[in-house]
Amino acid sequence: MDSPVKMHTKDLNFFYGDFQAIHNVSIDFTQNQVTALIGPSGCGKSTYLRCLNRMNDLIPGIRVTGKAVLDDQDIYDPSLDVVTLRRRVGMVFQKPNPFPKTIFENVAYGLKVNGVKDKAVITRVVEKSLKQAAIWDEVKDRLNESALGLSGGQQQRLCIARALAVDPEVLLMDEPASALDPIATQKIEELIDQLSSKLTIIIVTHNMQQAARVSDRTAFFYMGKLIEVNDTDTLFTKPELKQTEDYITGRFG
Amino acid sequence: MRSGFLLVALFSIVALSLIIIFLFLEGIPILEHVSLKEFLFGQYWYPTDDPADFGILPLILGSIYVTVISGMIAIPLGVMTAIYLAQIAPATVSQIVKPIVELLASMPSVVIGFFGMVVVAPFIQQLFNIPVGLNMFNASLMLAFMAVPTICSISEDAVFSVPTALKEASLALGATHFETLVRVIVPASLSGICTAIILGLSRAVGETMVVLMAAGGAAMIPTSIFDPVRPLPASIAAEMAEAPFRSEHYHALFAIGIVLFVFTFLFNLLADHISYKFRQVGEASL
Amino acid sequence: MIKKRLRAQKICFFLLKVAVAINGAALAIIVYFIVSRGWRAISWEFLSKPPTDSMTMGGILPCIVGTVSLCMTTILFALPIGVASAIYLNEYAGQTKLVRFIRLGINNLAGVPSIVFGLFGLAFFVIVLDMGVSILAGGLTLGIMTLPVIIGASEEALKSVPKPYREASLAMGATQWQTIRKVVLPVAFPGIITGSILGLSRAAGETAPIMYTGAVFFTPDLPSSIFDEVMALPYHIYVLATAGTNIEATRHLQYGTALVLISLIFGMNLFAIIMRAKMRKKLKG
Repeated sequence: MDSPVKMHTKDLNFFYGDFQAIHNVSIDFTQNQVTALIGPSGCGKSTYLRCLNRMNDLIPGIRVTGKAVLDDQDIYDPSLDVVTLRRRVGMVFQKPNPFPKTIFENVAYGLKVNGVKDKAVITRVVEKSLKQAAIWDEVKDRLNESALGLSGGQQQRLCIARALAVDPEVLLMDEPASALDPIATQKIEELIDQLSSKLTIIIVTHNMQQAARVSDRTAFFYMGKLIEVNDTDTLFTKPELKQTEDYITGRFG
Repeated sequence: MRSGFLLVALFSIVALSLIIIFLFLEGIPILEHVSLKEFLFGQYWYPTDDPADFGILPLILGSIYVTVISGMIAIPLGVMTAIYLAQIAPATVSQIVKPIVELLASMPSVVIGFFGMVVVAPFIQQLFNIPVGLNMFNASLMLAFMAVPTICSISEDAVFSVPTALKEASLALGATHFETLVRVIVPASLSGICTAIILGLSRAVGETMVVLMAAGGAAMIPTSIFDPVRPLPASIAAEMAEAPFRSEHYHALFAIGIVLFVFTFLFNLLADHISYKFRQVGEASL
Repeated sequence: MIKKRLRAQKICFFLLKVAVAINGAALAIIVYFIVSRGWRAISWEFLSKPPTDSMTMGGILPCIVGTVSLCMTTILFALPIGVASAIYLNEYAGQTKLVRFIRLGINNLAGVPSIVFGLFGLAFFVIVLDMGVSILAGGLTLGIMTLPVIIGASEEALKSVPKPYREASLAMGATQWQTIRKVVLPVAFPGIITGSILGLSRAAGETAPIMYTGAVFFTPDLPSSIFDEVMALPYHIYVLATAGTNIEATRHLQYGTALVLISLIFGMNLFAIIMRAKMRKKLKG
């Protein structure tokens, strides 16, 4: 466990107006590891995830206290540029949301927005990202077709390619396979495994078996609180708290 | 019960058909005096002369120029206001701005025309050092403010209904809000915005009182933006009173009505076609 | 690089705000001129007496009466037809070609220029149906013009009635018409009324459709039947400002009439919005 901590939160609290959704959550996310966030519906794991790239800022009336740190930068520091943060901390959403553009344009989007103009560079990065997302072979002959013509599983891998194209350091995945069929899900899980050697991945999932399969560490959330966090093997075989054990064995869900 | 309601619903079609029928009934007879080509492309409109000239090209050009210029003002104003309202304005600002646009929409055309005639005309006459302030520029300016509310409210609906998921996807990639607007949201709502523009311009073409009072009333082909013009609707309204019943002049005015109707009919057909064919973009399907 | 992008965003967002401000300014300027130059003409006499001395003095009572009579005719004609059409389209109609045809008809009716309505009204109501220049002819012309607005507003109001209401009624054995009459219409009523008043307020301000069908330059008496010709507020402004006997001297009358007209229209808008809020409250109990 000599790898540095890439991101961590310390006593993070999150409020929707008066309602407190996240209570004093502190987690370390080690570099190049996959951490899974599990817990029943509505326990706050997605809200917590969206704090890490400040996507919650889009909601009016929210408040955050405590710290969330990327490398050694407090990401809620007022002087921090949110736009750059979101490039460094990428996100894949629950429902695939490709732009109504061509496959090529989708992946190139992040590059163009960041000022990359060299066509050769763009083409190269697009190809590399599509390969990283394990979808290159399926789309290499139809890069100029609309992304909306792809199947659900393909669209999600396209969204992953799109996120990878801007070379993020952390990838947040919010239930990325929950809307997909089992075969597409398997492909996504294989992808996570490959990507984790270069990226720090934090994945929210309501599927415990998936968490057990893909992650190195797992954090169990309940009612906005962090109940337990540990190496995945340990959490699933020898949970420390009864609450964790009850959830894992399906006594509630 | 159902058939009763159906019959009533057909009333709109009946009304539209009657309008078309009577327009043509009273307008076609002019072709006994001039050929269609002379009518549409003749450069001289002297209906009360003897022999009369019934060329409406100056009127058509007047309409076209005034619509184009007012479009150049109204389209940016309307679309930009729509984008602001739909994507940027906080709720409190939105609550003030929306009623303003609606109030502008209910402003009667005669009042806007009156304002153009009485306030704007002397102002631009002085400002630009021109002989007369009732001209194409004045009318275009006033027409723009009649078209803006239409363009704004339809565009706003279009921009507003772009799914949030697309906005989130763009922001999560490290794009600024503005870049997201320009590269994702506006392109996705383009068909709605186009419909809005077409309907707004259609309104400008058909508007009568503003051009009647502010455009200057000269049925001549304009050579500068400060020339007085007499677009199609203004000609009808101005001369109807002096045209003896079922005279050549009378038929000519109805024929102008046909031309005007055809213009706006085509505009509306185009808008309908665009909004049907290029339906708003939705989320990715699974 | 990021600074450049954020600066571009700042500039462009500022330009957007400028566009909005221009709209607000335009409205403010127009209202300012009308109010500041018109309020001096407003007095009880102005509102209750007819014009005198070749319309260079006096009031605008016949115009107010004329506009009100035209509006009443318009709404009496357009409201039943409009609501019934909306009921058909929303409650009974399928997705057939006929329905699409009807909708096309309504959309195109909505796009017809106001002067063309005037021409039609002249040719059809005034001449063929021999109504003469009258409240009836003018009101019917305005009515056809307002019809699409009322249909649109009514349809929206009907659409916003939740499906479960209809389903509950039908499940109790009520016929569709009973359901519409007793359940759907009462709930949609506020929306229908608001939309109709807003549509009517536009009709009140229209000049072109009534120029040759109902409104005249001057008439000495107030109307006594719907076959009488009338004066009307919007037409009066136009007439005084372009063809009056002493345009400059009557300028204050023109502003005053304009002020009365926009007050009437804004008043109707306000009334409609308040009424809707009140009725909605009542429905929620």
